[in-house]
Amino acid sequence: MSGQDVLVCGAGITSFARTEVSGRQLAVQAVRAALADAGLPWSRVRAAYGGSDAAGNADTLVAELGLTGVPFTNVRNGCATGGSALVSAVGAIRSGAADVALAVGFDKHPRGAFDPRPADWGLDEAYGRDGLMVTTQFFAMKIQRYMHDHGISARTLALVAEKAYANGVLTPHAWRRKPLDADEILASGMVNDPLTRYMFCSPGQGAVALILCSGAVARELGGTPVTLRAAVVRTRRFGSFEVFSPWAPPGTPTSVSADAAELAFEEAGLGPHDIHVCQLQDTESGAEVMHLAECGFCEHGEQESLIPFGATGIGGSLPVNTDGGCIANGEPIGASGLRQVHEIVQQLRGRAGERQVPGEPSTGFTHVYGAPGVSACTVLTR
Amino acid sequence: MEGPLSAVRETGGRLRGSRCADCAVATYPADSVCPRCGGPAEAIALSGTGTLWTWTVQRYAPKSPPYVPPAAGFTPFTVGYVELPEGVRVLAVLDIRPEEAEIGMPLTITAGDGVPRAVGAAV
Repeated sequence: MSGQDVLVCGAGITSFARTEVSGRQLAVQAVRAALADAGLPWSRVRAAYGGSDAAGNADTLVAELGLTGVPFTNVRNGCATGGSALVSAVGAIRSGAADVALAVGFDKHPRGAFDPRPADWGLDEAYGRDGLMVTTQFFAMKIQRYMHDHGISARTLALVAEKAYANGVLTPHAWRRKPLDADEILASGMVNDPLTRYMFCSPGQGAVALILCSGAVARELGGTPVTLRAAVVRTRRFGSFEVFSPWAPPGTPTSVSADAAELAFEEAGLGPHDIHVCQLQDTESGAEVMHLAECGFCEHGEQESLIPFGATGIGGSLPVNTDGGCIANGEPIGASGLRQVHEIVQQLRGRAGERQVPGEPSTGFTHVYGAPGVSACTVLTR
Repeated sequence: MEGPLSAVRETGGRLRGSRCADCAVATYPADSVCPRCGGPAEAIALSGTGTLWTWTVQRYAPKSPPYVPPAAGFTPFTVGYVELPEGVRVLAVLDIRPEEAEIGMPLTITAGDGVPRAVGAAV
């Protein structure tokens, strides 16, 4: 890692349940919670970065937070919005340009699946008319092939969702807080084979804010800071398999998640086997299964001898999505990536309550993946 | 009407693709440049037969618009990627029964009024 150390000194999160509150109001709540957690006033923030996909401009939050003159940069980068805001805030600290920086992500989406238009994706109108502009089809086709190549069972997909709902029960800010077992999940109705209704997350709402500080400020504050060892964003290389593709190249697809994870580990000077707790993009059950291997935590196919035996549960050898992930929290695009970082920060501070990973975990990893082939990863240590 | 998704004339419905002169990457629909190396790509008629790389079933009616259901109403349909000998996997509606879908099965793919469509091919 180059430049200054970067520490997470404050973390704030709102409820991810559906309410009437606006996305901007949620963002203000999250920022105030993060500042209170750090023990710093808003006037102490020297640089701010944030965004939402569908809930407004982050820089307008100064109207509620205070008109301090702080440089506030809007970030709008799809599923990597939170990750990109974080990378910018890290840059501000590392370069010495700021000693206290804010990263905030928030969103609020209409109910139901996302509603893309062919023209926005450079596609012929026929793809919409004929029923192929459906994101869930892509996720289904990716895991379908993966199950064929690597011997993953439908029951394992159901167990991923069962764990997500079980962890949601233990997470006060989660949206889905009722347990569902694998049989109910398998019987919940096929959406796109092999994925059933309760294996998917839904667009939702929520906000998360993080206060990053230089080492000097963190020492003054005391408390339990967590070091952000790496934060990276990557876009896809040729050969990847992505949503809304009229064609795909042959061979084994390349993975932007693998690229981002590898770079994050390199920057942190740690490897996947050094990690005690992680958060992986789980748009649906299959995504968590595939991302475990793409991010380097196991071999392809090894998931079948890990997940059914509880390895990815809170008490397992590699706890994954301890707050219930996207499946239990929904997916407010701008907030999702920072929710993962918030959860790792709480786990490493030993403040995760009923969902606390035992044994005082000291290393964590987060991974976001989104359309059209973007991934953001972080490595954190205590 | 001729367009990027319409068949190459007098080929029995073959798709309009392209191939890079340098690195042989094939694409669908046709593109004037190679997405891998940025070099010029030439138009080609893609093969009419291939194998199923992956598939799913659309079990619920997609949102309208943009989706236009058939006159008789929505029924679940199968979609998948058909891998062609040129080294390109093409997204198509599969006019087969969902329970027939199997990775590796031979398919015949043609251009029609909209997106490519494929049916089971005799082995």
